[in-house]
Amino acid sequence: MAEATAHGSEHSAHAHGHDATTTAHAEVHQEHPIRLYLIVWLWLFILSACSYFVDYVGFEGYLRWTLILIFMVLKAGLIVAVFMHMAFERPALSWAILLPPVAVLVFVALMVFESDYTALTRMNFFGTGG
Amino acid sequence: MAETTLTNTTGIGPRPDGLRGIASDWSSDQRAFKNVSWGKAMMWIFLLSDTFIFGCFLLAYMTARMSTVVPWPNASEVFSLHIGGVSVPLLLIAIMTFVLISSSGTMAMAVMQGYRRNRKMSAILMLVTAALGATFVGMQAFEWTKLISEGVRPWGNPWGAEQFGATFFMITGFHGTHVTIGVIFLLIVARKVWRGDYDVGERGFFTSRRGNYESVEIMGLYWHFVDLVWVFIFAFFYLW
Repeated sequence: MAEATAHGSEHSAHAHGHDATTTAHAEVHQEHPIRLYLIVWLWLFILSACSYFVDYVGFEGYLRWTLILIFMVLKAGLIVAVFMHMAFERPALSWAILLPPVAVLVFVALMVFESDYTALTRMNFFGTGG
Repeated sequence: MAETTLTNTTGIGPRPDGLRGIASDWSSDQRAFKNVSWGKAMMWIFLLSDTFIFGCFLLAYMTARMSTVVPWPNASEVFSLHIGGVSVPLLLIAIMTFVLISSSGTMAMAVMQGYRRNRKMSAILMLVTAALGATFVGMQAFEWTKLISEGVRPWGNPWGAEQFGATFFMITGFHGTHVTIGVIFLLIVARKVWRGDYDVGERGFFTSRRGNYESVEIMGLYWHFVDLVWVFIFAFFYLW
């Protein structure tokens, strides 16, 4: 997070003239060392291997679903935070982009109830036929 | 571009961080995204809208799968490959996942090399990314061919719930389209970087604007998003 604050001050410092903004823009992003990307890359490989492993071993039920979700969220978080630089952006942008997808989760909750009801109705009216 | 880059008036100290920073950035009667160019902000907003599209596809898939009374085909068996008489579950999908993650890594490196003005290296890394993306699409075409030859159609399949084919073709097809478009744009940006268009201020053929190396990062945002969507498809469609 130290990098994020460094960005903020640098940007406000160089936002004085046209030339300063365009040249300094590029310099700001050099701060992340190649090591950071390589480590994240390695972790993405490890996490992908883990989620494939879940299927290969054949875990079932809640253990399977929990593991899949954990590995999925970790992978997505790493990609967004580091590869897409979201961890280094000002909160005004990251909140504006990351908050709206919560609406999708609300939609998911609604459709869980709806599809439960549909399934129940189908079983009642069509027996097991479908 | 200059007129949009510069809105902060001089004489203001460092901007606050955290929640206070959000409030001050958004309530300043100026642009809300202070240190982000319009190009990058618009890419993020586009990706947000794309998130809703893929979110709704996966949501529709969830609804279909939860409400059907016919058993859902077992993805682990449907997508297995027979190698040397042994059936390996999800082998092709696993390889596709690793290919896409590798391409995300090379893209991140390309962005970094671009900002360091290593033009040739950045362009080469982007070409590698494009090649990996094309490999991904090729393997997806192979997978589609295999499934279609086994009798999977949008309206039915030999193993169970009819909605399986429709959701599979819809979701992976839309994702594959995104990868294909990404490969095309990677080639365009790689060419510009290779020629040094961003150094000499060459005007773009479409917008007639002078680009800079941030275009590589914006391209990277799109490419990482394609990888991100695959993470969710892999988890929900193939593994669940």
